[in-house]
Parts: sequence; C-alpha cells; structure tokens
Amino acid sequence: MSNDDLQARNARTLKKLLIWAVAMFGFAFAMVPFYNVICDITGLNGKTSNTAATQSPETVVEDRVVTVEFITQNGAGVNGSFYAKTHRVRVHPGEITLVNFYASNPKDHDIITQSIPSITPGQAARYLHKTQCFCFDQQTLTAGEMKEMPMIFYLDPELPKHITTLTLSYTMFDVTERVTGTDNKSDTVVR
Amino acid sequence: MSTVAAAHDDHDHHHAPTGLKRWLFSTNHKDIGTLYLWFSFAMFLAGGFMAMIIRAELIEPGMQFVDPEFFNQMTTVHGLTMVFGAVMPGFVGLANWMIPLMIGAPDMALPRMNNWSFWILPFAFAILLSSVLLSAFGHGNPSAPNFGWTFYAPLSTKYGPASTDLFILSVHMMGISSIMGAINVIVTVFNLRAPGMTLMKMPLFVWTWLITAFLLIAVMPVLAGAVTMMLTDRHFGTSFFDAAGGGDPVLFQHVFWFFGHPEVYIMILPAFGIVSAIIPTFARKQLFGYASMVYATASIALLSFVVWAHHMFTVGMPLAGTLFFMYMTMLISVPTGVKVFNWVATMWRGSMTFELPMKWAITFVILFTCGGLSGLMLAITPVDFQYHDTYFVVAHFHYVLVSGAVFTMFAAAYYWLPKWSGVMPSKVLGELHFWNSLISVNLLFFPMHFVGLAGMPRRYADYALQFADYNFWISIGGFWFGLSQLFFLAVCLQCALKKGEKAEAKPWDGAEGLEWEVPSPAPFHTFDTPPVVK
Repeated sequence: MSNDDLQARNARTLKKLLIWAVAMFGFAFAMVPFYNVICDITGLNGKTSNTAATQSPETVVEDRVVTVEFITQNGAGVNGSFYAKTHRVRVHPGEITLVNFYASNPKDHDIITQSIPSITPGQAARYLHKTQCFCFDQQTLTAGEMKEMPMIFYLDPELPKHITTLTLSYTMFDVTERVTGTDNKSDTVVR
Repeated sequence: MSTVAAAHDDHDHHHAPTGLKRWLFSTNHKDIGTLYLWFSFAMFLAGGFMAMIIRAELIEPGMQFVDPEFFNQMTTVHGLTMVFGAVMPGFVGLANWMIPLMIGAPDMALPRMNNWSFWILPFAFAILLSSVLLSAFGHGNPSAPNFGWTFYAPLSTKYGPASTDLFILSVHMMGISSIMGAINVIVTVFNLRAPGMTLMKMPLFVWTWLITAFLLIAVMPVLAGAVTMMLTDRHFGTSFFDAAGGGDPVLFQHVFWFFGHPEVYIMILPAFGIVSAIIPTFARKQLFGYASMVYATASIALLSFVVWAHHMFTVGMPLAGTLFFMYMTMLISVPTGVKVFNWVATMWRGSMTFELPMKWAITFVILFTCGGLSGLMLAITPVDFQYHDTYFVVAHFHYVLVSGAVFTMFAAAYYWLPKWSGVMPSKVLGELHFWNSLISVNLLFFPMHFVGLAGMPRRYADYALQFADYNFWISIGGFWFGLSQLFFLAVCLQCALKKGEKAEAKPWDGAEGLEWEVPSPAPFHTFDTPPVVK
C-alpha cells in the first residue's frame, strides 16, 4: 500500500471517529429530554405534573384512606416563612381536597418566587392530580406581604395499593433575577 | 513522503531537532510516550502530595493542619489529578510507546495530533493546579474546586467557588486530549498493523487499549457535555441542574455517571492488557484463553454502559431500576472472573520466576480481586445504603485503582524500561520499592474497610473518636506508601541517565512479541520496513 493510500485511509478513519465524538457530545444533551420523559413515565424524580388536571375524579374510594403530608423548604434567596396550613390530611382516593399554603416576604422589595414540587415515593407522582396549584405559576410577593396560596388536589383511585402515605414537598425559590434579568447578587449567591 | 522515508533509509541519524525543541515539536511516538510517562509520574507525585495532606489532617481526630475548606479542596483536586493526570496519561504513554512496537508500525498514525494531545495536558493541569496554589498562597485564599472529584450539582454550579470555571476549562482540555489520543490509537491499530498481524494475533495490551479507546471516544464527550451544562448553568441562565428553573440536580448524577462508570474501565482495561503480557513471560507459558480474554474485555466494556446508576442507589430510584442496575453490575464479575481465572491458569504449572514485573503483576491479580470483591458487596442495593459514601467505598476504589491500575503501571515500567532506556532497572531499588509499597498499601487501604463498615463517612476533615486508632495506622501507611514511591523515582532517574546493567534486545527469556525484536534501547525509528508476522 502506498503512502497516499494510507494517508487517505487514516483520514477516513479519523473522520468517522470525530463524527462519533461529536455525536456523543450531542448525546449528553439528548439525555436531558430523555431523562424528563423517563421521569414523566416512572416518576423517577418525584415531580408532579406542571399543568392543572381538567377531569374530575369519577369515583371516590370510600374504603381506602391515604395520608398526604406537606413539607416546605426555603430555597436559595428566600428568607420569609413558607408553610402549609395543615401538615397532614387523610383523604380517600378521588376526594377533592384544598390545602392552603402561606408565604411571606419580609424584604423591602418585591420578589418573584417559583415553588417546585417533589413527591415521595416518586412512583406516586403520576397519581396525584392538582386542579389548582400555586406552583403552576410564578408568584409575586410584594414587600412585606403574607400571601395565601391554595392548592387543590385529588388522588387517582388507581394509586397503587401499597402506597399508604405520600409526602409532598415544596421548595420555594427566588427567581426574580432569572425573570427580570437584574443582577441582584446579594440575594442569590450563597457561599 | 516516500522520498523522506528513503532519506531515512540512507542515513543512520535522524534529523529531529535537539534540546527543548525535540520535545516540544516531537512527532515521534517514543518521545511522546516518554513525555506522557514523565508527566503522569509528576502528577502522581503531585496528587500524592495532596493525599499526604489529607492523611496528615486525619492522623488524629480534631483539626490540626488545615481548615475543613482546604481539606475539601485537597480531596477534590487529589482525585482529579490522579484520575485525569496520573492514571489516564500514564496508560496513554504506555500506548504510545508500545502499540507501534507491538503491531510492527513505524509510528502512530497521526503524529502531529499525537504531539498536540500531549501538549494540551500540561496547560490543562497548570490551570487546575493554579487554583490550588492560589488557594494556598494567594491573596485572600480564593477557594480551589471543593466539591469532590465527582463535582455534583448544585454544589459545583450554584455553590461552586469562582475557580470552578478554571476547573471546567481544564476538564474540557483534558477531554480533548484524551479523545485525540484515543482516535490516534484506533487509527493506528486499524491501519498500521504489519502484514500478517491479524486482529486476533494482536497482543492483549493492544486489544485492551483498542477497546479502551472506543470507550474514551464514547464517554469523554459526555463529560464535556456535563461540564458545558455546568458552565451555562453558572453563567448563561440555563437550568439543566437548577430546580428553581425547572431542572433537576439528579440529572447531573445520571450524566456524570454515564461518563463515570466507563471511565472506571478506561482506567483498568489497559492494566488487564499489561498483566496479560507479563504473566505469560515469567510463567513461560502461552496466555491461557487468549480469545476468551478478548471477548471478556469487550463484554466488560459493553456492560460498563448499563451499570452507571449503581453509584446513586440512594437517590431514590424505582425498585425495578435498582434491581436492573444491581444485576447488571453483578454480571460484570463474570467476564472479570474469566480474566482472573485465565491469569491463574496461565501460571498453573508454569516455570515461574519472580522478577520485578512478575511480582507487581501477581500482586495486581490478588489485590485487584480484593477490590473487585468489595465492589460486588457495594453492588448489592440494600447493603449499599449502609456502605454508600463511607470509607468502605474509598477502600474499594483505591484497591482497584492503586493496587490495580497504578501497580500494573509499575509492572509495565519494570518490564519495558530495558526496552525504553537500554539499561536494566536497579534490582535493589526495585525490590525496596516493591516490598515497601506492597506492605504500606495494605496498611493504608485495608483498615479503611473496617472504619467504613463501622460508619465513618468519606470527605470529612474530622471523624468520631472511635475511628482514631485505625486512622492513625492508615495515615502511617499513607506516608510510608508515599515515601516508597521515591525509590521508583530513583529507578527511573537511573534508567534515564543510562546507569545500570546494559539490557539485551530481549532481557526476559520467556518474552514474546515484536517489541523484543528491536534493539534495546529501541532506536528512534523502528519498523520503517514492516516486519512480517507469521
């Protein structure tokens, strides 16, 4: 084999391998939507749906009681109080329940917040339907405000039998900077 | 090209530049291999120095030498330096030196890229290590990366120090270097084999490196993707890993370990190849089960893509997921067991002698198997909840990486140093290096199993009083192991200065392979005319 042939062959192999490397770089980013789809199906990360349920439950399973607990946390940049009025409710699957959450903003300026839900066990994420939730939208808390934020939900009657207790956690983040683009470092940088 | 080749045939001397330029502009696989190996050794000592600081702090409970902030930076940069600076470049250096010699090629296929892939590395590490120097001596002691070598988000994104950006840049550069090195290996093996050197005649070191190279091309870009996402999360308002913006920190762990688990095999497969070269030589028998070795290596490589979540059993996965990853992980012990069996069977009824390379190789087989067994324990999901993030994990991965990967690099060095330098490595210093390392490495890492099982968490600058005695001896083992490596430095320097008994072309009488057909030291150009392999 002459040198020119060899060089051409080397260049061909090189090109194929480079394409593969670039494709794998793309694959890393493709993992993001793929992960989200897997999470939607399996509830892997315990995220409940971001959209309001439009159907109301067909039946109420009177002979089954499930405990739903609510916990709340302040994320980065939030220093007010954030809590659920009731920490625990006992519901029948299919029963529509309202729980009020409260959040305060002791700062001297308005903040925009986003609450992120997470449910344990993650498997239950698909079976918790919310018809209304403060987490669907960003909530503006004006300076010094104490806000009441309702959440209305029901449990799917199909909820797997072995699940008797659900813990629904909300973490409230300050997203003012993200939304308005202002650089309000003192609120967000935590070191 | 052909005229250049002809000119080489006419003259005894090559026309390579001399002095510093020889190394800076080198396109010669042997020079670049030497550069890689020295670089790797330098990083091994640098990373080792950080480990000494870690062990000094942990020699007794309470805080004595450094503050916890700096301790975290030490564990982080120690891990990064050892993985990306010592082990990976060490194996690339061995590949550069040995693959062309083993397959009868005149050089690597893409010599200029070879030069580039090496020379990126010193800059990458200058960037990373500069953050440590700034942290130790700089004005205001700005923190170096302090989030562990696995750099989990949001610790490395939202809460990362400013130097995280230096880290991201240097990881990108290391990745580019590794990918280019891997491409070079594949192109060389595919296109430059001597006539008659079919794939199934290649030495196992070449096979394991070929498979490693494919792993590198598959996962280093994923690592690059992960750090790119970190970068945009930190500075460009994306939220891949930021829950506030709809992202998910757990996603980071999935992306990272999709890279991270194959990475573990990237660091061990070439070691398998080295041991498979050394054991037959000193047992004076053909390697038992050559074909099964090749298939086992390929199976390990393929399985490495479907086990990543065993690093994150505790994040909360559905039962079916944990079972899948648990069984897949346990499955890996089958091809690995095939390999260990083959090495033992090669030694069985062989005419064994115990020269230095063989000592290191046998030590590898035994200690790597220890590390493999603790790996099996970690694979069991329910008990992993107990072991997770304890010193048991630290013991496990140091057994497979230090007495696994690093020990085979020592084996390889003692085995091939006669070929590289033309002189036999000093037996006295070599024996001192071996026995001191062997005893101290076990004193260093074995008790970590016990403190780990008893619940001592990793990555903390302090511990409960009950762990004090073990930690004292672990630290003693650590200093002893660290100092033992100075014997190896002396061995290497002696060989580099050509002090020692002159080596024959084939210094080990049971050795087989093309690399022993060229003189020792290997001349600057070898196999300009390809050898014929029967």
